Amino acid sequence: MKVLVGVKRVVDPNVKVRVKADGSGVETANIKMAINPFCEIAVEQAVRMKEAGIVTEILVVTVGLPQCQETLRTAMAMGADRGILVETDVDVQPLAVAKVMKAIIAKENPQLVIMGKQAVDNDCNQTGQMVAALMGWPQATHISKVEPAGDHAEVTREVDGGLETLTIKLPAVVTADLRLNEPRYVTLPNIMKAKKKPLEVIKPDALGVDVTPRLTTLKVVEPAKRGSGVKLADVAELVNKLKNEAKVI
Amino acid sequence: MSTYAAPLKDMQFVIEELVGLADITAMPVCSEVTADLVEAVLGEAGKFAAEVLDPLNRIGDRQGAQLANGKVTPPAGFAAAYKQFTEAGWNSLSGPTDFGGQGLPHIVAMAVQEMWNSANMAFCLCPMLTSGVIEALKLRGSPEQKKLFMGKLVTGEWSGTMNLTEPQAGSDLSAVRTQARPEGDHFRIKGTKIFITWGEHDMSQNIVHLVLARTPDAPEGVKGISLFIVPKFALNADGSPGGRNDVKCVSIEHKMGIHASPTCVMAYGEGEGAIGYMIGAENRGLETMFIMMNHARLGVGLEGVALAERAYQHALDYARTRVQGRAIGQKSGDRVTIINHPDVRRMLLTMKSQVEAMRALAYTASAALDKAHHHPDEAERKRNQAYVDLLIPIVKGWCTEQSIDVASTGMQIHGGMGFIEETGAAQYLRDARITAIYEGTTGIQAADLVGRKIGYEKGATAAVVIAQMRATAKALAGHAHADIAAQHAAFVRAVDALAAATQWVVDTFPKDPNAVAAVSVPYLKLWGIVAGGWLMARAAGIASVKLAAGGDPEFCKTKIATARFYIEHILPQAPALAEEVTGGAASVLAMSDAQF
Repeated sequence: MKVLVGVKRVVDPNVKVRVKADGSGVETANIKMAINPFCEIAVEQAVRMKEAGIVTEILVVTVGLPQCQETLRTAMAMGADRGILVETDVDVQPLAVAKVMKAIIAKENPQLVIMGKQAVDNDCNQTGQMVAALMGWPQATHISKVEPAGDHAEVTREVDGGLETLTIKLPAVVTADLRLNEPRYVTLPNIMKAKKKPLEVIKPDALGVDVTPRLTTLKVVEPAKRGSGVKLADVAELVNKLKNEAKVI
Repeated sequence: MSTYAAPLKDMQFVIEELVGLADITAMPVCSEVTADLVEAVLGEAGKFAAEVLDPLNRIGDRQGAQLANGKVTPPAGFAAAYKQFTEAGWNSLSGPTDFGGQGLPHIVAMAVQEMWNSANMAFCLCPMLTSGVIEALKLRGSPEQKKLFMGKLVTGEWSGTMNLTEPQAGSDLSAVRTQARPEGDHFRIKGTKIFITWGEHDMSQNIVHLVLARTPDAPEGVKGISLFIVPKFALNADGSPGGRNDVKCVSIEHKMGIHASPTCVMAYGEGEGAIGYMIGAENRGLETMFIMMNHARLGVGLEGVALAERAYQHALDYARTRVQGRAIGQKSGDRVTIINHPDVRRMLLTMKSQVEAMRALAYTASAALDKAHHHPDEAERKRNQAYVDLLIPIVKGWCTEQSIDVASTGMQIHGGMGFIEETGAAQYLRDARITAIYEGTTGIQAADLVGRKIGYEKGATAAVVIAQMRATAKALAGHAHADIAAQHAAFVRAVDALAAATQWVVDTFPKDPNAVAAVSVPYLKLWGIVAGGWLMARAAGIASVKLAAGGDPEFCKTKIATARFYIEHILPQAPALAEEVTGGAASVLAMSDAQF
């Protein structure tokens, strides 16, 4: 079975994010970048399935700047077989990425698409769902387990208040949650090997996809700083403050 | 407690810009080592160091290695981490490719080892010694010996040790007494070795000891010492580990630092004699040991860089979070974090600027070592070998002595809390202390510098390096960046001081070597300080060019400011040290022993 994994390059989760001075977004220049943690889990899952003999080929795909090649190399060092970068300097939004993915799926015919449930930069949690919708495929989001068997797969989803086990028909799209697995440390020999694995760079135009943003960002601001607390005399004063100052009741 | 974050930006800057990765990549054997590969390797190594090795550092310090019934047990988590370390292939980084190594150049290994050492120096000593044994096999091993040992050592399935010291033979190895008696195709080794780092443990499947010993009719002194391989488990015919060889750990030392690393007293041949194989020619063991020691000394200098970096990160974290007092001149209002206090800033910069200067110097030596080994042009190889030979005692002596200072300043920033073990600042100081002692004390490094590296060649290589410093000084004068141009005079004074002291050493060495020996350590320190200043000045120059070309503004501006601090606060020690060198020998030698 062939698996396609979508990955995204994001600001390293260990780096403190700063808003750009002009409020147009967050600073990414000269900041340490990394593979989105949920995407890393998605790659790990594909690699484990390959090691278990279920998967024959792992293709990783990303959309973005030329530097996103590093993210693909990381995925290939983990065990993916080849990568495709759809290169654009547009700040792509989920729908555009989903359309790109659809175009690549049409060319590559994977039986399973694994993506992170969301990226830690803008927390959209949309791309996987959109890919499934555009393809007309079943989707299982926020999964903590996936076991393909023949023309279907059994998946466990993390839902409010518990776990939901479903059977979905393949081909399908699944999105990885935190507990699906714990990604491995990349080994040095595999970093070296990843350099030699095939990495194709194409433009969105070549896929016939228009990646122009449909949404406009008006302003990005840091959350307001929390002020110091005050000590109140009694419940009456608290109710009064909640009513008249905070205006929440 | 702070967590370690590999200083990737500075490492990459030093490798790519300051020592010039392009020069390394231009050499045929290193053509695959592109900047993006280096970045990927450093990135992953940094992650491993921070997430796997750093959290074990404190556990290792508190538990220490334990000896019971001849078996040494490392602290909890160390064996699992070693397994992870070797399985991830990190042990094989610079190992020869025909034995499963990745064959990456020394400069890449240098940066990666800095990370291991910053995160957990006691752990790192085990793979470091293994790489020493690999180096010896590469240099002098027979094809058969390579076949038996090399592959397993490269993967780290087997680890290695160095057995030089005996109770009566410390810095003076001519006093080695361990015996090697020939028996068929091997020797039987008998004797006691002390200070054997990771001499016994169960993290690896076998331990390959390199042992200095004398054959029965060997001449006295250094010309009668041979080198032997003694495996912990004797090898079966197929090369697999068999029964226990006649070597055991009889005790481990209680030390000031590196508690997790067992420092063993090893007893060879309490029974019939341990089976050993001679490596290299008879009576030439010390020669091989000295070539390896050059690598090892660079490695220990790097330990100094690494501990200083870690101590800085720890102190910085505290300075950013500890709230104490108001800003100077403020009588009311919020109390501030101590990083706002000028003296704390000065201490932090003393640490940061020296760490960066030390890293620049150690990596410069490492790049020269790569060129000395791999450059296609023989003249270039020779030139670089001379350069690295000069730099090694300076890197070892200066970076380790400064790491003690830097770690001590780190403790000072913590105030009273720094003296409390729970805070974690003390461990870096305790661990750093050994680096100025083992692999040749600072005194031994200084003797090597003034003798073999300067005196015997009448300062020829030193003159070349000083000329390069003067070229840098010229570039500083009238530099477009005012902060850099302002450093010119101070830098010239420092280079003049080094040149004058070097002239004195060259002139005095043939007629009065005692006088030179009396001031050799301040002379070594002078070299370290000025060479560090030279590289910081060059780094500032490169940063200003990058800044103008749209490079990372925060990094470039910080580098320029850090270099300025170094030149204004550290470099002024140079003229004072030169005065001590050229005028201080007589008073050292003036008193009789009884007058002390």
